[in-house]
Amino acid sequence: MLGRTANGMFWMFRYLERAENTARLLEAGLRMALTRDLVSSEEEWRSVIQTAGQRSAYEARHSSYTGIQAWNFILRDKDNPGSVLEMFNQVRTNARLARNVISSELWEAINESWMQIKEMLARPVTQSAVGQVVGMVRRGGTLVHGAMAGSMLRSEGYHFARAGTFIERGESTARILDIKYYLLLPSFSYVGSTHDTGQWDTVLRSVSGDRGYRFLNAGQIDARGIVEFLLLDERFPRSLAYCHGALRENLRALATLHGADGVSNQLMREADTKLANLTVDEVFDMGLHRFLIEFMTSNAAIANAIAEDYRFTG
Amino acid sequence: MTEATSKFDEMKQPDGGIRPAYEEYRQWHEEQASDLLRRKHLEAEGNFRRTGITFNVYGENEAEERLIPFDMVPRIIDAGEWRRLTRGIEQRVRALNAFMYDLYHRQEIIRAGRVPERLFRHNEAWLPNMVGFTPPGGVYTHIVGIDLVRTGPDEWFVLEDNARTPSGVSYMLENRETMMAMFPELFTRVAVEPVSDYPRRLAKSLAACAPPATKGKPVVAVLTPGIYNSAYFEHAFLADQMGAELVEGSDLRVVDGRVGMRTTRGFQPVDVIYRRIDDDFLDPLTFNPSSVLGIPGIMDVYRAGGVTIANAPGTGVCDDKAIYSFMPEIVEFYTGERPLLPNVQTWRCSEADSLAYVLDNLGDLVVKEVHGSGGYGMLIGPTATRREIALFRKKLEANPTNYIAQPTLSLSTCPIFTKKGLAPRHVDLRPFVLVSPDNIDITPGGLTRVAMKKGSLVVNSSQGGGTKDTWVLKD
Repeated sequence: MLGRTANGMFWMFRYLERAENTARLLEAGLRMALTRDLVSSEEEWRSVIQTAGQRSAYEARHSSYTGIQAWNFILRDKDNPGSVLEMFNQVRTNARLARNVISSELWEAINESWMQIKEMLARPVTQSAVGQVVGMVRRGGTLVHGAMAGSMLRSEGYHFARAGTFIERGESTARILDIKYYLLLPSFSYVGSTHDTGQWDTVLRSVSGDRGYRFLNAGQIDARGIVEFLLLDERFPRSLAYCHGALRENLRALATLHGADGVSNQLMREADTKLANLTVDEVFDMGLHRFLIEFMTSNAAIANAIAEDYRFTG
Repeated sequence: MTEATSKFDEMKQPDGGIRPAYEEYRQWHEEQASDLLRRKHLEAEGNFRRTGITFNVYGENEAEERLIPFDMVPRIIDAGEWRRLTRGIEQRVRALNAFMYDLYHRQEIIRAGRVPERLFRHNEAWLPNMVGFTPPGGVYTHIVGIDLVRTGPDEWFVLEDNARTPSGVSYMLENRETMMAMFPELFTRVAVEPVSDYPRRLAKSLAACAPPATKGKPVVAVLTPGIYNSAYFEHAFLADQMGAELVEGSDLRVVDGRVGMRTTRGFQPVDVIYRRIDDDFLDPLTFNPSSVLGIPGIMDVYRAGGVTIANAPGTGVCDDKAIYSFMPEIVEFYTGERPLLPNVQTWRCSEADSLAYVLDNLGDLVVKEVHGSGGYGMLIGPTATRREIALFRKKLEANPTNYIAQPTLSLSTCPIFTKKGLAPRHVDLRPFVLVSPDNIDITPGGLTRVAMKKGSLVVNSSQGGGTKDTWVLKD
């Protein structure tokens, strides 16, 4: 496979993941804002924009935080290079680049989702439509992943796509946690206050983890449990441990297909050593923030090594 | 040959009867409810959008992807007629290849005084560094599109030869796929020659022209200018269908005397490059130092037998409309036969007598630039305003060698589907021809382009023309 095409597969799925994660974040924010008064709702939207990594772009455009401004900025603003619409444009552009290595089912899933999302985001999104838009973005992602699972050859292209998915997903979960980490520290507790569990619930919802967490914990909700769930639970498909494991498998498959280990496999092994047998207490001992920063740094280094190992650009 | 003297409807006879080739189709059409057909018409458009069969157009701001209008009434050619056509096409393509070989070797045709030397000396597509070199397998024009127009029952003319990088074949294939998906029962009622194995034939034909340096099974790649090119969909489609790599110039580099493509495993040699970029952008060392699209040194590898470039650099000479005007002589010179497919009568404005005639009759003629394509830069006398004619006259007088003129042909019409039922529109036909060292292969049918506007003679997609599925009936 061409290095440029491998790059296209990798980024197609990074952008898709980013679009989905941004939509999840927005969905959780919408729910939160509905249960808040005006002042704390403004705070909530600032937090959503910040978690999406779009704060400076937003503040260059708007001087206040309101729901309708925030979701339109996140979804479709031309001045926002990270908007969901722009992410989907990027997904499709990369799919066009890799058109001759992706299945026609995958191409059509991407193209159709893009057409629908583009159509829905052609005009400003009203309060009554925003839920529908977010749902469509998630469904688009589901359709694309399903088409890939059911029709793509398990060769290089597939593994580059999966590697892109899990690099992005791990990065996203870690970033959400890092921005909200102060809420989850053991020292932080308004035990029993509804505000508190509401915030925790939002964190879980931002990664579609609320149901899974409740199922595993019989409705008990506490900060330590949430941190453990999002970092270390290998059953939850958006936890750092899960993303890390899935990334490892795909990098191993690539190394086998290419008949050689690369720098990316080496870095992966180093990261493995750090994560193996780690407990949530050890994470709190070292500092949650520090742990997350180290994870994101290592994740980014692996992404760069993949691009190097497989000649993405030169 | 004006609008009045010949007007040929391919479906209907002058007395209103249906011609035999269309009988079965017409009967089927009568049986369909009209609202079903209207629905199918929309369905077809949705299908093209969903599958991304689009071409790019560049406006002021951003690139826009457009659909080429698709008309769902097939253009039908019977088996005998097609056989006659293929004999003429094959003869012409054989002559084109022999002409290219001769031009870049001994130039016998010029020594014999059959075509003037100035023809290619001033031709921008002429490549001095192809002189004395024979491409692998002796093939210059691996893929050719011969544009045909029809004016009567047995009157077909060649309008243009596309010997450099003819496009449109993906529409031939997708139009058929769309028709089969929408009207499967139609194909059980009418026996139509298939077109779907074109990509396989293309892959085989290209592999048969692999260069001497090839080891094992030839590696074929389609070279595209990139996703912003108007025909990118077709490039990706053909690579996909052939199982070939789709490369851009930046993926290729000369490594150890071969052309290598940058794969995830390092540089791997490419044997045959089906290039969809112009000569100018092939090799910045040879052609265009400012090009960022090319592969420095590829021409040296080519001349040393390390790679095959299809079509061969320098074949664009044949796309020149001044060369076209000599095609009857060229066919006769190399095949020893009279041309089976005539040219459209052509006046070369470089010749004083012709120029005088053309200037006197601008209002009746079509005047084209010799290097033009896509329907741009031409004058259609009968539909032009007085002012347009006056402006064109100035351009023509200033640089007569840049122009040729032809009579305004009354192109045949085929019915298209409109809100008010079937209505005749003018059409042309581009059959696709594959040339390998021992074979000339013509896919039955080709791309029918249709002027969607009533009375219009302009079929180019860049100017609002549409396409149709083209059926060659089985015997």
